[in-house]
Amino acid sequence: MKDVREALMIGRNSEGDLVRRPVSPFMLGSAYRFQMSSATSILHRISGSALGVGSLLLTLWLVSAAMGDAAMGDAAFSVVQAFLASWIGLLVLFGFTAALFYHFCNGIRHLAWDVGRGFDLPAMQRSGRLVFVATVILTVAFWAIAFMVW
Amino acid sequence: MSTSDKPARVTTRRSGLSRARGLGSAKAGSAHWWAQRASSIALLPLSLYFVASVILLLGADHARVAAYMAMPWNSALFLALIAAMFYHLALGVQVIVEDYVPNETKRLATILVLKGVILFLALASAIAVLKLAFS
Repeated sequence: MKDVREALMIGRNSEGDLVRRPVSPFMLGSAYRFQMSSATSILHRISGSALGVGSLLLTLWLVSAAMGDAAMGDAAFSVVQAFLASWIGLLVLFGFTAALFYHFCNGIRHLAWDVGRGFDLPAMQRSGRLVFVATVILTVAFWAIAFMVW
Repeated sequence: MSTSDKPARVTTRRSGLSRARGLGSAKAGSAHWWAQRASSIALLPLSLYFVASVILLLGADHARVAAYMAMPWNSALFLALIAAMFYHLALGVQVIVEDYVPNETKRLATILVLKGVILFLALASAIAVLKLAFS
């Protein structure tokens, strides 16, 4: 026993022998099959974190735009715009839009739950699938419009 | 529960130290929960406006971005977006840190540092919008 907390993990089986108590496995991995509830929940947190990192990009874009004036020129802004238009910048922006649309759609799902709607399991499964479908449609639509406008 | 039942014995499972610190009750928790929902509702239209702005400004040169931000509706909407977004982000980041950092000192320090960074980003973004709006 390396840790005193392990004392709590000792139990007796039906034969009366001392055993290590089983612990429930982590929600992701081979122990569980796919669950809509846990998958959408962890993706909400991951997409939220990604958007948090993406907010750095928004700040960078706004600040670089504000740095440009008659005296300084728009060198900083041009660098940022060129980075965003590069393939790595586009990849980052693609991830940003996908995270935004997912968080947007699943956020609406959360707000519906908060007012007590859509709590039963079939409705939860349906709305979860709807969130994935809507995320794909919105992301594809955004980039289709983006490349048309560009 | 019928009235003839004996009154339930109320016991607390919380330690005196925990009660003294005010942890575990719904003191600031309900305000945090409500603020997260209120900011998320504000972000529904604001994020759609942001997406529309991004499409309108794709490949724009500096002059076009400056002209866009100088329009009062746009500067006001961007300021509202910045306020709601970074506020929502700070609330969300706090929950994530509280979930994954068990050590109290590290948890407090991490939340303070991240909230400081988020506040700074919000200020920098807001000042950038204001500078574009007024120049």
